Amino acid sequence: MLTLQCPYCGVWAEETELHAEGEAHLKRFGPDSDDADFESYLFMRENPKGVHLERWRHASGCGKFFHAARSTTTLEVFGTYSAQTLEPPQDIKDKISAKIPNWSWREFS
Amino acid sequence: MSKAVSALDGVAFEGFAKVEETGLRGMITVRGDLASKEMAAAVKTATGAAVPALRKVTSGDKASVAWMSPDELLVVVDYDQAEATVSQMNEALKGSHALVANVSDARAVFRVSGDGSRDVLAKLAPVDFAQEAFGADDIRRSRIAQVPAAVWGNDDGSFEVICFRSVAQYVFDVLKVSVQSGGEVGFH
Repeated sequence: MLTLQCPYCGVWAEETELHAEGEAHLKRFGPDSDDADFESYLFMRENPKGVHLERWRHASGCGKFFHAARSTTTLEVFGTYSAQTLEPPQDIKDKISAKIPNWSWREFS
Repeated sequence: MSKAVSALDGVAFEGFAKVEETGLRGMITVRGDLASKEMAAAVKTATGAAVPALRKVTSGDKASVAWMSPDELLVVVDYDQAEATVSQMNEALKGSHALVANVSDARAVFRVSGDGSRDVLAKLAPVDFAQEAFGADDIRRSRIAQVPAAVWGNDDGSFEVICFRSVAQYVFDVLKVSVQSGGEVGFH
């Protein structure tokens, strides 16, 4: 079972207390954007074998959204971090690099 | 005004521990910047307590205050004091970005007491109820079986569970099953 630490309330919450909210770091394209950007914002998602950055919500706990970095192959969790950020913090990136050198995920590596 | 009644009218059940509905309780949701001076002052005047730290409950002479999330508190008072406390806090928080709402009638409260209380709750919630992990004045929002709930520890070793009033019967029923004699776990 997946257990993630909520960065807002510090609780080690197991999967049933959380809700998966899809991919992290989506850049929104709204009104006046071109069709290709809007389409990719709506539909195009990463489906990596390996490092993945996801959004979760501590649904039955403090109710906050947060981000998690984990591996889809080993289910290893590299860490969780605040949702108030546009990219993963350096310490999370370092932790991933220590395990998986030369990883990349969208524009991050 | 119509006569206020609690969700299950004080129903109780005894197995290897005791589960009872505690009756009417005043509850006030407060949202805002918990680190601000205004919030600390408002909480202090209305309850006599300090703003609680992460996942803690503080008690004052008038009320208890529980940490619910990084920007939310729950003030627990006597039922008939709720409205007065709301207006006092609104007055104190005037001008700052905050919300104070009386949610007393939206909730139900249960007390679980007795030797096996920790086991009763541990069967129903994905929470570490070990003595050193969860004690008096700790609060944890989680779920009880399939519905959201919060649990806090009292000084006398009992626990109080709050849930939405609409699921009060469900929560009482699952607590009843969990507390049944013969279902002792003896883990905690």
